[in-house]
Amino acid sequence: MDAAERVRLLVAGVADPEIPALTIEDLGILRGVRLDGDTVVVEITPTYSGCPALAAIRADVERRLHEHGHAEVEVRAVLSPAWTTDRITDRGRRRLAAQGIAPPPPPGTAVEPSAVPCPQCGSAHTELLSRCAATPCQALRRCGACLEPFPHFRAHR
Amino acid sequence: MTEAQLRAACALRLGDDGLILSHRLAEWSSLAPELEEDVALTNIALDLLGQARMLLTHAGELEGRGRDEDGLAYLRDEREFVNCLLVEQQNGDFAVTIARQLLYSTHQLGLLEGLLGSTDPTLAAVAAKAVKEVAYHRDHAAGWTLRLGDGTEESHRRMQSAVERMWPYAAELFESDDVVRRAAAAGVAPDPAALRPAWDAAVGAVLVEATLSRPQASWAPSGGRRGLHTECFGRLLAEMQHLHRSHAGARW
Repeated sequence: MDAAERVRLLVAGVADPEIPALTIEDLGILRGVRLDGDTVVVEITPTYSGCPALAAIRADVERRLHEHGHAEVEVRAVLSPAWTTDRITDRGRRRLAAQGIAPPPPPGTAVEPSAVPCPQCGSAHTELLSRCAATPCQALRRCGACLEPFPHFRAHR
Repeated sequence: MTEAQLRAACALRLGDDGLILSHRLAEWSSLAPELEEDVALTNIALDLLGQARMLLTHAGELEGRGRDEDGLAYLRDEREFVNCLLVEQQNGDFAVTIARQLLYSTHQLGLLEGLLGSTDPTLAAVAAKAVKEVAYHRDHAAGWTLRLGDGTEESHRRMQSAVERMWPYAAELFESDDVVRRAAAAGVAPDPAALRPAWDAAVGAVLVEATLSRPQASWAPSGGRRGLHTECFGRLLAEMQHLHRSHAGARW
């Protein structure tokens, strides 16, 4: 493994501050990592314009790299092209479901899916309770079979 | 006016609109009529604040006077703010807040769609993110306008009165001036006057469905883009800027 790949893996393993079971790579927030001389240049992209997690992610990336001996770190926020839920990786979707959060519809499917399966029992019989949940990117739904409420990561394209 | 000054002026107007509306909406925190609305209104405020931060940062960089987002948000006086009068109006009851949201977010959505093709790449990138967020703000406001307008006798009365109270301030959104004309000619931002027909149609359709009558055009207050604000604005700024000005450079 070369130096560039080692440093990329370090950054890719940084946890998302709001859903720590997922990394910033899983969520598609990480755009790129490269070495510019001794400086590590990291590009990240905000999910929402007002995402309060961005400052925490920036600090976490810097801390992780400093701990591994990279003194010079530059974290850049990149706006374009805009982040979409299609950037969430397959592993990210599996990890969301394991956290009890229904993942967003896969790329190429309808933004408002006809059925959002319950992440607890798998039933397709679920209803929308609220378009806003714990974070702006999630909606709150309830399962008609097991009656558990659960967050749904809304499609954002 | 140089090209950079023109782009800065456009970023500042839209940024100030977002900053001030965000502050007003944040005043609902813990006071909304139901918990879900508390979350929704503060999330909308957060979207607007995030957009405003990017726009103010961009405006500060373009003007080249060393002012960052905080310098622009907290260290300008009332006469230096160029937000429209609509967004600074007090929250009133919940219906007034919803009426203000309906009128402004419908306008903002049209403006952002026009900015997608801006010759300023940062404005285009901010618009590409914001357009999806504001589409939700508009749906939220339209949904409540329907619920309240076509609800009980009391909710209908209040929603009608709220729309009438906010209506005069909408005229300013479509005004033309030197900045607007130059920005449209340079492809930096769309001419707001051209956005009026689509706004009229969209807002009109919501009002009809909500069984509300469209207010008659009466007086049309103006001046926000020139720094002439309504009485309530000074108190808003006093609250918003107090901490930063009293404890300059404070960190936590």
